[in-house]
Formats: sequence, structure tokens, C-alpha cells
Amino acid sequence: MANESYLLSVVTFLPLLGSLGLLALRNDDHVWLRRLALATAVANFVLSLLMLRGFEAGTPGYQLEELRRWISSPAINYHMGVDGLSLWLVILTTFLTPIAMLASWESIRTRVKEFFIMLLVLETGMIGVFLALDLILFFVFWEVMLVPMYFLIGIWGHERRIYAAIKFVLYTMAGSVLMLLAILWLNRISSTFDLPTIQLLLQTGQLRLEHTTELLLFGAFFLAFAIKVPLFPLHTWLPDAHVEAPTAGSVILAGVLLKMGTYGLLRFCLPLFPDAAKQMAPWVAVLAIIGIVYGALVSMVQPDLKKLIAYSSVSHLGFVVLGIFSFHPIAIQGAIYQMLNHGISTGALFLIAGMLYDRRHTHLIKEFGGLATPMPALSAFFLFVSLSSLGLPMLNGFVGEFLILLGTYQVNKLWATWAALGVILAAVYLLWAYQRVAFGEVTIEKNRALPDCSARERLILWPLCVMILWMGIGSPLFLSRTEKASQQVLEQMKRPQMPELANGQGAVPKLQEAPANLKLLQDVHVKIEKK
Amino acid sequence: MFPPLQDMYRIAPELVACFFGMLIMVVDPFVPRAHKEATANLGLLGALAALASILLMARHPGAAMRGLLFVDSFSVFLHLIIFGAAALVLLASDDYLKREGILQGEFYALVLFATCGMGIMASATELMTVFVGLEISSIASYILACYRRAALKSHESAMKYFLLGSFATAFFLYGVAMVYGATGSTSLAVIRAVAAHSAGHQVLLTLGFGMLFVGMAFKIATAPFQVWTPDVYEGAPTPVTALLASGSKAAAFAVLLRIVFTAFGDASGTWFWIIWTSAALTMVVGNFAAVVQSNIKRMLAYSSIAHAGYLLVAVAAAGAAGESSDAGIAAVLFYLVAYVLMKVGAFTIVSHLGGTGEQRLAIEDYAGLATRQPVTAACLALYMLSLLGLPLTAGFLGKLYIFQAALDARLIWLVVIMALTTVVGAFYYLRVIWVMYFREAQQEWTAAPLTPGVAAVMLLTVVGILALFFLPGPLMTFAMQSAASLR
Repeated sequence: MANESYLLSVVTFLPLLGSLGLLALRNDDHVWLRRLALATAVANFVLSLLMLRGFEAGTPGYQLEELRRWISSPAINYHMGVDGLSLWLVILTTFLTPIAMLASWESIRTRVKEFFIMLLVLETGMIGVFLALDLILFFVFWEVMLVPMYFLIGIWGHERRIYAAIKFVLYTMAGSVLMLLAILWLNRISSTFDLPTIQLLLQTGQLRLEHTTELLLFGAFFLAFAIKVPLFPLHTWLPDAHVEAPTAGSVILAGVLLKMGTYGLLRFCLPLFPDAAKQMAPWVAVLAIIGIVYGALVSMVQPDLKKLIAYSSVSHLGFVVLGIFSFHPIAIQGAIYQMLNHGISTGALFLIAGMLYDRRHTHLIKEFGGLATPMPALSAFFLFVSLSSLGLPMLNGFVGEFLILLGTYQVNKLWATWAALGVILAAVYLLWAYQRVAFGEVTIEKNRALPDCSARERLILWPLCVMILWMGIGSPLFLSRTEKASQQVLEQMKRPQMPELANGQGAVPKLQEAPANLKLLQDVHVKIEKK
Repeated sequence: MFPPLQDMYRIAPELVACFFGMLIMVVDPFVPRAHKEATANLGLLGALAALASILLMARHPGAAMRGLLFVDSFSVFLHLIIFGAAALVLLASDDYLKREGILQGEFYALVLFATCGMGIMASATELMTVFVGLEISSIASYILACYRRAALKSHESAMKYFLLGSFATAFFLYGVAMVYGATGSTSLAVIRAVAAHSAGHQVLLTLGFGMLFVGMAFKIATAPFQVWTPDVYEGAPTPVTALLASGSKAAAFAVLLRIVFTAFGDASGTWFWIIWTSAALTMVVGNFAAVVQSNIKRMLAYSSIAHAGYLLVAVAAAGAAGESSDAGIAAVLFYLVAYVLMKVGAFTIVSHLGGTGEQRLAIEDYAGLATRQPVTAACLALYMLSLLGLPLTAGFLGKLYIFQAALDARLIWLVVIMALTTVVGAFYYLRVIWVMYFREAQQEWTAAPLTPGVAAVMLLTVVGILALFFLPGPLMTFAMQSAASLR
């Protein structure tokens, strides 16, 4: 058991270690640079699968926890833990990173060393975000991850890369700096940064937030996550970042980074500020539905394949947000599932767009046409992934969207009806794009001689397609582990009723009377001292 | 009557610095031009010896020179910052001076004298002593600012600094006179005692504080007294700029903290809003003006204005917190250490890359630096990220402490202004990184190889910035002690 308790740290920091290893290699030794980076990423994927073994599906709460003192004043701890919500997201991250590396195997020719170092550092940051249970630790990972992404877009991106990189950072920072203030304010009220402790204080009623405070805190957290998701109308950084980023960057961005927003909503916004969340839910749902429909409509008219996929993300993530804010266990299950689906399907779509770009150096749909003739295999992959993304039954996308719609319908029929429109529109824009790219006669002579999938490209796409099918027909394997987590989110949203509050007589505990020396906090300290 | 030996220990760093400064002045004429490194090394030795003698000073806490100076945890902390900054600056400056052909002993002597003045400011508990320290450091700084005699810009810099600096010290002196008029004393402890009991001279006292604040605000470079900063920082030789931005600012903050919390501790209403307004204004002006700069020294000058604003937020927080002001003062002290490391590091690299005659100061000149000099570029990138306040750097924890202190004092609006202006900072700090990493070089040039001194400064500051993030505990404990010793 002793070595198992370090598993989360190992999974988090192994990529960082690998990037240090890369530093030791020569700059022009591209072969070994790539191999070492890939080996690290694959090893990390295998290690992250060990989490499944140590993870008990039936138990709620955090598992495989690690707790160390980092800074004593203010008390910031190194607290990591995994639950059903973060488990699959971590595995998704470790799964997509080697794939992103393989995708950049040949297309990245300049500054190869820095590229793989950035990808590995990014992986550490992303995993850390999902596993951190201390608010400051979470914030550290959240911000650190900006830097490698900034470099990935800025150095290896396309024409307007600098604009896109700056826009990405400024948007994210604007949101997160307010979140930092909210975190500090929460610490002022509760005297701790420890998420499970704060959660317990709130659930047991030892800590109560005044309504205005709760609304403000919710707003600060929500803004940071809504920008990341991105929720309409905060989505404008996304198409730029996606279009300008190199393929690996787009895959990671769509596959994992956007999930950090929805993860944050589920991990922080709902459990910590349930009343504010419930109060704002109609507005959020409206924005989510606008995002679903608007994203789909804009996708439909995009002449650029990558931009089309980018806007489809806005639409798909709208589903996730809608599912989360319907506060229905089935819809939240669906939202978690859809987060994974979107990571895989959209990741695969970006990979295919990247493969087309490698051949023709363009993303414009009108430059293609009739590709099924010269490259049948790639077209088949493209069709399969498109079908998964638009939610064909038997494939993964269907499970997530169906669960979300099913849950939402029981809460609000109107929301579900509007959202269902997105499913239809998804079929329109994806199939239409597919038709223009793959079917018909070859319209441009150059395309006739394009090579089909190479062995490396097959190696990239097969695992994704297997996952698409597996998650479509074998969903219980995944859902059984997220079930407790989604119930737990709703459980955490409950607050004890204070009878004296009902008649308006009793006094709400003052904020200043923060329970500084609560037993809970002492428990945390005792736990640390024992180690 | 000769003061007792104890008192000598309490001013040991100043004595050592002065001794070496004078020694250099005496020895320098006899050192042939070809061997001026000898005096340079002597100067560096002096700075290190002064730094080491802080230990002696720390062992003998208490009042010195009949209460003109006071050695406590606070003054030890500030001495470490000031003399540390001076040592770092001297360590890297022989590279610059040799390149410009102005390597002479008096540069080192002047830096040591200036540092001595700053040291006096840090431990002075009496307003006239503060003034003497201020003048010692200012006069040495005026000369240092025009040390690059051949360059017109250097003259302009020194002239501006001298004229505006004289005004500021005059304001300060006038403030001292008014406070003396109101309380009958220039000793901070007496001022506090008198101000607490007699309500009669409140107007005079407030006016006096206003004047003192103007004098300090000039040195700290806070709005609306910041206008000299970009011109002076741009024109002065870059190592001197590093000293002005680090040690000089730290010393002025020491004086501000002492005046505010030792002398005016009970009359928070009189000065709180002055500082609040100045902090807000400084952050906005500094950050927005930095965005449009194309010269890296000017950009860093505006950035140091912005940082002065952040530090003032912590001062305001300490003031608003009343009795529990320690967190705010400790935040100032912690941030000062982080700030000095980042600024000295950044200016050292700017000075190194500038080339002969400081010809390469445009941010554009750094295009493609990452491929030619990866280590230098990586260090500069780290300083920029730390100035921006991203995690893994001291700048992040520094900002975190300030945020926390200010939120505890319920200065919500000031904190929000600080947070949002920080985001503006992202634009200009990241621009340096994007020019270095994302752009190809316009014209080929290679900077001279790193000298050991420059490399040492880079190493020390980078290690310091990272260490303060991962292990802030010891320094923060020390800062809390120092803050407690102030009241």
C-alpha cells in the first residue's frame, strides 16, 4: 500500500521528470527526443491505468489521497486525491498526450526539443488541475498550464499565432485572477484552502455563506470556468486559438483544456455555492442553449474545416453545461460522459484535419472534395469520427447527449427541446462538411495523388476509434465509476436546514466568527503531523 | 564624547560600506588604468563585507546614537535587501563598465556611499536622520545617473533626477518642519505619543504627513509623482537603473513604513486615503503606460511604477487592518525581496544585451534571442513571468500575500483594481517573451559571452525566485517578526 499512496504524485510529475530528461539530450537529436517524450507519455498512461486498480468504484469521496504541508502561513497543503469525476479525465489526458505527440511526429520540425518539453509540462499541469484538492494548489496548476500552451500556440502555430496566443492568455487570466480573489475570500471565511474541509464545513452547517457573498464567489469562480469552457458569449478566443494552434495543441486544447472548465463547474461552483448556482441556473442554461444553437449554426457556414470543428466544440460544450446546470443525476452523469466523448471525438476530428493539412497545407473545405477516391481509409476514419461526434447510436456521442437530454427533459422540457435542436444541426454541419470533403468527384487535380493513411496515422486513429465504439456499447464500465461522483455532486449541494432561520428570528452566524479552530482543521493538521 | 562600541556594531554595515568607499577613493589614483579590475574587486569585496557585517548588527538590537537609529528585526530585514541588492548590482556591473570604457573606482565608491545612505534610511527612527540618509543616497545617485559621461541621455537623466529629486527632498524637509511644529519633536516615537494626546495640531500634522509622503512618493515612484521615472531609468547606466529600482525603492519603503506605523500609527484616518488613492492611481498609470513602451528600460520603469502600486496596496492593507497590521507589512517585505530579485535580474540581462553604448534597448532587438542565447532568454522569460505573478515564481506568492492582506483588511475595491491591472501586465510582460521566442531575428547580432559576474547574478536571482515559491516559510516567518518589531 505504501507505494500506492504516491501514485497520484507519480502520475502528475512523471511528465515533468521526462521533460527534464529531454533537456539533457542534444538539440538536433530529433529521433531520441521524440522517442523519450513518447516513452514518458506512454509510461504515464500505463501508470494512470493503475489508478483504476486502486480505485473502488462504489465508494464516494476522494481516494488515493496524499496530504503534505507546503506553506504553513497561510496553510497551503499539497493535497491530491481522485474521485469518479477526475478519474477518467486524468486517463483521458494521459491517453491523448501520446496521441498528440505521435501526431506531431513529422509535422514539427523546428525546435523539436522545446515542443516536446512544452507538451510534457502541459500534461503535468493538466493532471494537476484534475487531482489538486487544495484551492491554491489547484490554482497553481491552472495558471502554470497557461505558459506551455502560450508557447505551443505562439511558436508552432500558423499565421496569426501571436494574436491567438495573447488572446488565449489574456482571456484566461482575466477570469482566473478573479477566481484567485474568490479563493482567498473563501479562505478568509473558512480559514482553510482545503477543498474537502470547506465542503464538510458547508455541508454540516458550521460554515454558512451570506447570500450576496455566495453570489459574488459563485460569479468569480463561474467566470473563470465559463471562459475556459467556453460558454457563449465568452467563446471568441476559442476559434482563434484552435485555428492557429498546431495539431497537437488543438487536440489537447479541445480534448482536455476545455474540460477543465466544466470540471471546475462540477467540482467547485455547484458543491460550494449551491444556492447561487440554483438561482443563476436559468440564465446559464439559456447561455448554454444559445451556445448549442449558435455554435452549430456558425459551424455550418465555416469554409475552414478547423474552424468548423472549433465551433462545434462550443455547441458540444453547451450540452455539457446544460447537463450540469439541470441538477439532475442522470444529466450530470451524461455531462461527465460527454466531457470524455468530446475529448475523444473532437480530438480525433482535429487529428484528421491536421492530417489533411500535412498533405495540402490548408484547412479550407473547398480545397478538398472527393477525397474518398485517393484516400479511402482516412475518409472512413473521418466518417466514423463524424458519426460519433454527431451522436449516432452505438457510438459514444449518443450516450452522453442522450443522458443529458433525458435528465434535462425531466427538469425543464423547454430546455431539452431547444437543446435537441443542436443534435439535428450537428448532423447537418458534420455530414455536409464530410460530403464536401470526401464525396463526389475529385475537384482539384492535386488531390488525386494524395497518399492515404500512413502506418503512424493508423496507429493514432485506431485507438481513438476503438474507444469511440467501446464507450458507445460498453458505457457501464465507465458510468459505474462516475455514478457515485455525480450523485455526490448533488449530495454536496445540500445544506442543513436551520429551523431558527425559517421564521427569520435567528441570527445568521457572522462571517467574522470563522471557525478557526474547528476540529476538522485540526484533523487535517494531525494527519500531516503523522506523516 | 565617542559613542559606545555597541553603537558601532549597530551601524556596522554603513561603517564597512563607507570605509571601503573611502579606501577605494584613496587607492584608485594609484591603480594604473589597465588594472582597474583591482578596485572593482575591492568594491565588490566591500559590498560583501557590508552584507556580512549585518550579522554583527543583528546580534546587537536596540537604539543607537541616542535614539537616532534603531536596530530591530525590521531594519535587519531591510539591510539585507538593500545591501544584497547593492552586492548583486556590483557583481554584474564590471561587464557593463568595461564595455563602456568607464571602469573606474569611483563608481564602486559611489554605489557603496549610496547604499550606506539607504541603510541609514532603513534604521532611522528620527526624521532628520532619515533626511541625512536620504541626501547621502540621493547625491551619490545623482552622480551615478550621469556616470556615462559621453552619452547625452545620461546627462538628461541625471539633470531630471537632480532637479525633481531636490524638489522632493525639499518637500520632505518642509514636512519634517511642519511635523516638528505640531509635535515639538522629530523623533518618531515622540511624535506618536504627542499626536495621540493633543488634538490641537491635527491640520498641521496632516499637512506635514502629506509633505513627507510627497517626498517618499517621489523616491518610490508612485503616481502622481512618477513622471521622472521612465526618463531617468532610461538614461542612467543600466546597473545604476537596477540600483535605483531596487535598493533605493526598498529604502524609501522602509522610511514610509516606519513613518506610517511608528509615528502615525494611531491616526490612521489622516493618511489612509492618501495611500489608497495613490496606490490605485499608480497601478493604473504604471500598467497602462507600460503597454505602449517599445524600449525595454522604459517598459521596466513603468513596470516598477506598477509594482510600487502593488506594494502600496499592502501598506494600505496594513493601515486599514488596525491592530493586526502585521500581515500587510510582512507582505510588503516579502514582495520587496521578490521584487528586488526580479528587477535586478532583468536589468542585469538588459545591461548585458545592450551592447556598447546601450545600442540595443528596443524590445524588438530581442527577436530570436531564444535560439541564439537560450539560457539568457529563459532567465529573462522567468523574470517576466515572475513580474507578471504567475505560479512557480516568487512574484506569485508575493501577490498572493498582498491580496490576502488586503482582503483581510476588506479593501475589496483596491484588490479588484490590482487584480485587473495585473491582467493588463500580461500584455507587456508576455510581449518580451513573444519577441524572444516567437519572432525570427531581424538583424544578426550576438551579444558578448556571459561574464562570470553576470552569470552569477542570473543564477542567484533565478534560484532565489524559484526558492521563494517552493519554500517561502523561513522568509515569511522573518518578515512577520520584522513586521511585529515595527510597532
